[in-house]
Parts: sequence; structure tokens; C-alpha cells
Amino acid sequence: MSSDPYEGPVVLPDDESLGPEVQIDYPGYRSTQWRAPKRPLVTLPEELHSLDGPVFGEDMLNALDNDLTRQHDGEPLGERIVVHGRVVDEDGRAVRGALVEVWQANAAGRYKHEVDQHPAPLDPNFSGAGRCLTDDEGRYRFVTVKPGSYPWGNHENAWRPAHIHFSVFGRLFMQRLVTQMYFPGDPLFAYDPIFNSVRDPRSRALLVSRFDLSETQPAWALAYEWDVVLGRGGPGTTPVEETP
Amino acid sequence: MKTPSQTVGPYYSIGLERRAENELDSDGIELSGTLLDGRGEPIADGLVEAWDPAGRRWGRCGTEDGGRFTFRVPRDAGHLEVAVFARGLLRHQLTRVYLKADGVPPGHETLLAEHEGGGLRFDIRMQGENATLFFAH
Repeated sequence: MSSDPYEGPVVLPDDESLGPEVQIDYPGYRSTQWRAPKRPLVTLPEELHSLDGPVFGEDMLNALDNDLTRQHDGEPLGERIVVHGRVVDEDGRAVRGALVEVWQANAAGRYKHEVDQHPAPLDPNFSGAGRCLTDDEGRYRFVTVKPGSYPWGNHENAWRPAHIHFSVFGRLFMQRLVTQMYFPGDPLFAYDPIFNSVRDPRSRALLVSRFDLSETQPAWALAYEWDVVLGRGGPGTTPVEETP
Repeated sequence: MKTPSQTVGPYYSIGLERRAENELDSDGIELSGTLLDGRGEPIADGLVEAWDPAGRRWGRCGTEDGGRFTFRVPRDAGHLEVAVFARGLLRHQLTRVYLKADGVPPGHETLLAEHEGGGLRFDIRMQGENATLFFAH
């Protein structure tokens, strides 16, 4: 069976009626064709709504895991930035002790990964991976360099907006989230099928960080703030503890 | 409104496979399988997570080895909750694998792992006639 070339639009128009979650059958993102489930999904077993997820401890972490600029002998090239925010649930309650893992391209738009053959330089001082646990107020903080945009093979002249990949484990199994954080005002937003697979613009806006002057470090690094909002976990959920 | 999902992409191993984490129980039984796309081809850039809700043991395994994933799982676990991530999956998919025939609820019969060699086998098919059952979420 060969892959039928997709001739439709790369980006579909906004549609709030589809709801806030991503559309997994989004043909403009070509890799969905043979991978996204086509059959109707079956009912989620009731007990999953309130099922706890895995809990991670400090033993997961090394001291410099949340500073991607200090993991090698020298400093990486690029624009040094602070990325910080809170992990909260839909009611605004802090999710403490959440494992937050990030990975990203370097400032030139190249991942340290054998599959990435974009002819941009690797940076010997940048691996592009970090992790931390949220504190009692649900806060996380990373120091890194701003990732570059990079081309990909999805369609003619396709470029990804600059982004940092985030993986978050909440308190509940159903709060598991893998997503991408973007930077405000990226000119590539309008052309990117992955970003636009969230067709409700209000929901899509939650993927974009905010420039944060108050956390910007004078003569050192710009700051971006981005909160991660996890679901409640559905009916029957045990409420996540509030911050005292 | 919650933060929407985005694909894990092809480079997740940089951040999510910094060390092997596929042993839920080092004395357990091997559970392995292949992650397959709608053409029956292995997905060699996927990530499978397994969670034993009764024993509270967790693991994950990338599928770089020809779409194959392997876990060592508790012998006494009834079932594991399974999450599948991959390039082309804009949101992770949830399924389940039952390790023992007794206690499989009606409708979940296809989620029973098969005995193979001394271990268990459970393939995950994203699409097609024998597509794995995924839960709405």
C-alpha cells in the first residue's frame, strides 16, 4: 500500500466548535496519516478518571538538570533565556512534585539526534535536555538558550516555529501531558500544521509563552513565563491539594 | 481550559530516554511487542509508557529497535495502563494490556497479552482491521 499524496491545505481554518483539544486526525500534518487511530475510540474505563499516576522523587534529578547552559565545559551559543511558570490544574490549584522534562533544538535549530540532518551546526556545549520537579507552589524553572526554527519535510518549504518540548506528569494518570511551548509573535505560527492542529484559537493560545520583563535578569537573560494547565481528571477525581 | 497536547515528535529520546526505565520490576516477566502503523510497518520513533496501578510501578521504553518495546513487569500484575506516544500522534493514545486471562472485562478480550517463549507479547497496532482498542480521553 502506498501513501496517497495529500493535496489539501496544510493548515485548516479555526473552528471553536471542535472543542479545545488537539485534532488527532489532522491531515495537514502528514505523519498522522498512518498513525492516528481511525476507529472510534472506546469508553475510558471509569476507574481511570481518578487513578493516581507515578510519583517521582529528587533521586531522578542531577543538580544541573534544570540549567541546560551548564551541562558541558563551555556555554552554548545563542540567546540565553529563563523559562519558568507553574503547573496547575484547571481550577488553578498547584500541582506540586510534578516531573517536568524538556528537550529542544539548539540556537541554530538543530537537535542533538542522529535523525536530525538539518545542515545547521551542532553545539558541543548543548545537549538540549532538562528536567525538574515543581515546588510546593507548582513552580518550575529552566535556564536554556532560545531554540532556533528549523525546516522539516512535511510540505514544501515547511519550517517549525521555535519551540521547547515539554513532558509533564501530574498527580493523576489522566493528567499526563506531552506538548510544546512556543514563543510569542512567531511569524511561522500561521503556517505550522502541528500548532494549528488545535483549532480553537483560545486553546491554541495556551501553547504560547509570555515575555516576562519582571523575571528578565539584567545584563544576563530574557525570561519567558508559561503555565501548564492539566485537566481535572474527570468525574470522581480526588482534588489536588491546594497550596497552603 | 487546559493546555492542549502536541506531538512528542521524532526527537523525544533526547529528553525522555536519558536512561533505561523499562523495568517496572527487575524480577518480573518480560513483556514485549511491536508498535505498528496502519500499513503494518513498525513505528521506530515511538515511546510506550506502562503503569501498574495496583503495584504503583511505572516504566517507559522507546521503539527505536525496529518498533520493538520491552518491559520487565510484575508477575502478579493484573493489567497495565499503557500510553503510546509518537511522531504523527498529536495526542498520546491510551490502551491497556492484561497479563492474565481471568478478570478481563467484556469488550477488552483483544487486550490480553499472549504467551511467547518465557514471556508475554503484546503488539500495538495504531490502525487497520486488527487495530488496538484505544480509549477516548
